[in-house]
Amino acid sequence: MFSRDQTPDRRREACEPMNFDFSEDQKFLKNEARRFLEANCPTSRVRKVLDDASATWDPELWKAVAGQGWLGAAIPEEHGGLGLGRLELCVIAEELGRAVAPIPFASTVYILAEAVMMAGSEAQKAAVLPGIAAGEVIGALATSEGPGALAASGIRASVEGGKLSGTKIPVTDGGIATHALVLAREGGQPALFLVDLSAAGVTRETLSTLDPSRDAARLVFDKVPAERLGGAGEGLSLVEQVLDRAAVLLAFEQTGGADRALEMAKEYALERFAFGRTIASYQAIKHKLADMYVKNELARSNAYYGAWALNTDAPELPVAASAARIAASEAYWFGSKENIQTHGGIGFTWAVDCHLHYRRSRQLSLVAGAPRVWKDRLVSHLERRNAAA
Amino acid sequence: MDFNDTPEEAAYRQKVRTWLEANAPRTRDANDGGEGGGDLAAAKAWQAKKAAAGFACITWPREWGGQGGTPIDSVIFGEEEARYPIPSNPFQIGLGMCVPTVMNFADQATKDRFGLPAIRGEEIWCQLFSEPSGGSDVAAARTRAEKAPDGSGDWIINGQKVWTTGAQFSDFGIVIVRTDPNLPKHKGLTMFWVDMKDPGIEVRPIHQMSGGSGFNEVFFTDVRVKDNQRLGGVGDGWKVSLVTLMNERLAVGGATGAGWSQFLEAARDTTGADGAPLLQESAVREKLADWYVQAEGLRHARNRTMTALSKGQTPGPESSIGKIVSASLMQDLANEAVEMLDQYGIINDPDLAPLSGGFHGSLMMAPGLRIAGGTDEILRNIIAERVLGLPGDIRLDKDVAFKDVPTGR
Repeated sequence: MFSRDQTPDRRREACEPMNFDFSEDQKFLKNEARRFLEANCPTSRVRKVLDDASATWDPELWKAVAGQGWLGAAIPEEHGGLGLGRLELCVIAEELGRAVAPIPFASTVYILAEAVMMAGSEAQKAAVLPGIAAGEVIGALATSEGPGALAASGIRASVEGGKLSGTKIPVTDGGIATHALVLAREGGQPALFLVDLSAAGVTRETLSTLDPSRDAARLVFDKVPAERLGGAGEGLSLVEQVLDRAAVLLAFEQTGGADRALEMAKEYALERFAFGRTIASYQAIKHKLADMYVKNELARSNAYYGAWALNTDAPELPVAASAARIAASEAYWFGSKENIQTHGGIGFTWAVDCHLHYRRSRQLSLVAGAPRVWKDRLVSHLERRNAAA
Repeated sequence: MDFNDTPEEAAYRQKVRTWLEANAPRTRDANDGGEGGGDLAAAKAWQAKKAAAGFACITWPREWGGQGGTPIDSVIFGEEEARYPIPSNPFQIGLGMCVPTVMNFADQATKDRFGLPAIRGEEIWCQLFSEPSGGSDVAAARTRAEKAPDGSGDWIINGQKVWTTGAQFSDFGIVIVRTDPNLPKHKGLTMFWVDMKDPGIEVRPIHQMSGGSGFNEVFFTDVRVKDNQRLGGVGDGWKVSLVTLMNERLAVGGATGAGWSQFLEAARDTTGADGAPLLQESAVREKLADWYVQAEGLRHARNRTMTALSKGQTPGPESSIGKIVSASLMQDLANEAVEMLDQYGIINDPDLAPLSGGFHGSLMMAPGLRIAGGTDEILRNIIAERVLGLPGDIRLDKDVAFKDVPTGR
């Protein structure tokens, strides 16, 4: 009755993936990560950051995570890392997302380390990567200067004679980072700069955000030494490449969080009774949870494809990363809000963990550019691909 | 994580490709593949050719006449076969669900009689489960089978089935009937196979809202069947049907009509009020992105399923999300494509509408896809209960004699 799928994208189907899964070693690492985080990052630990107005992260957890070797998992051994692939980072990311970990892992590992490995000089690699692996270097990506999506016209920060001046807001982990990647103009053209934040002329101001379990700051630069990362005038395309790589890893964090939100909703629904029976027996709840499950599976499947593209540096990466980010943002947003709804009144209290995921889902959806921007980019990629086909 | 066949899979794929290259059809009848069922003679010829070469019923055990192959072999053949303009397949329900049920429950003589003709495409089977009073609730079947009063041991069937795919050209069918209305509904059912050429069986095509007639009503009037046509014990029909439906997952393939790529082209070719292509409008781009992400999610969920099969594992529950997502995707995408055309969108004439009316066709088929093979709502129940482990619904009819169960329309 219904004809078979006639999508034009037969290219990939010419070699259907028969090993589209993580290896046994990677799954083992994932289990180890889960066990480690259950012991070292229960939500009570996240709440210590959340409840303490002066805290924006958990330095002790950071040290412990460094001890696990996760920070340098994908950094080559010559630079002090473990020399593993990106798939290992993906499984770690999923567990960090599940645990709502209050640490600058994404800024440091997905963004700073990946950017330096991708575009950094040998000297820059030597200066930054061993420090990341050791847990001494913390990164931050400073692109935004105000409301609205990133655009060339919105970049006012500038570098003259190797000195950076300007303001970036918000900078995720800007209050605790040792190094920042700053998008600024040089000779009128946007470029990306590596900046040591211990230098004179850097002012930091911690910001109040939707997710107080993660750090964010306004950074003001006044003639701060800045070293270009990558080529002159390549700033925007470099940021795009950096974000494509980060998007895949962030998608795993989001998928981990979304799965946890579904689990919480399920556990609560099974225990909660109303009108003489468990609320998990009502179709209104069952269908809600089924919808969460469907979104999570779509997110996971897209994230897997992103992982493959990231790990193999495939030309499909920009498309795969966009799809992974869009699906994962949708899944975590839906899961985190419907988890609260499933809990009812108790879910709206500070004491119950639902809001940790609601907050983190907002943080993760916005941190590397909002989904609407990624949707537009995705369609642009598809337009080019369709035109080329 | 990679996109490569194992060495065994690659060798099998090569064997399949070589055979298809030499044997597969190069053209398809223009009228084939529509809602009417397609070119039966061409389909039978292609099935016979595959059977002779050992490419039919690849996963069936050898004692049934199959190849004893793995699910992944079958998937590989399906992928490679789909590159050719093969005739639409009227055997899926029979070979996927009905005949395996016969093979599991019939006596040896019956198995010997039906296995090979079915594999070779000489005989087509249909599944007679749904009834006017029980769509999602298959166990509510009212079609009756009673012992013949002459003491022969034969059974007499009276009643009506509905939504029977392919009944108009089927030779045989399996039918679930009520043999004891005094028992609770799941306990009074029995399964039989029937000869669709019996004069007491009348097949009437259903005129679908989409205009086509792919399904039928099937009326049983004093249809006499032998007791050895019974599949499983008297009263065991529900258990037998679960075996049939377990095979459904492998038998019913994915299905979509016009997809995101066609939508993208259509949005590029259509202009908005400002004269610019609609593809430049952010509202259109956002929807297109969402549909692409859904379609890709399904494609890669399928890749995960394939991987599990390749490793000899049982596929995980990710395979259960396919139809829920694809049916609404098809409906929403088709509707947006039609609305993009503004006033002109009302025209579905293939000579005037884009894609020869493909979006319009999808729009009119989509409501059926959201219902057939498990409604959106039933599939959500299945995910909630079987995947997430939530409790089943409270059932008012469970322990009541079937004849006392309240009925409405």
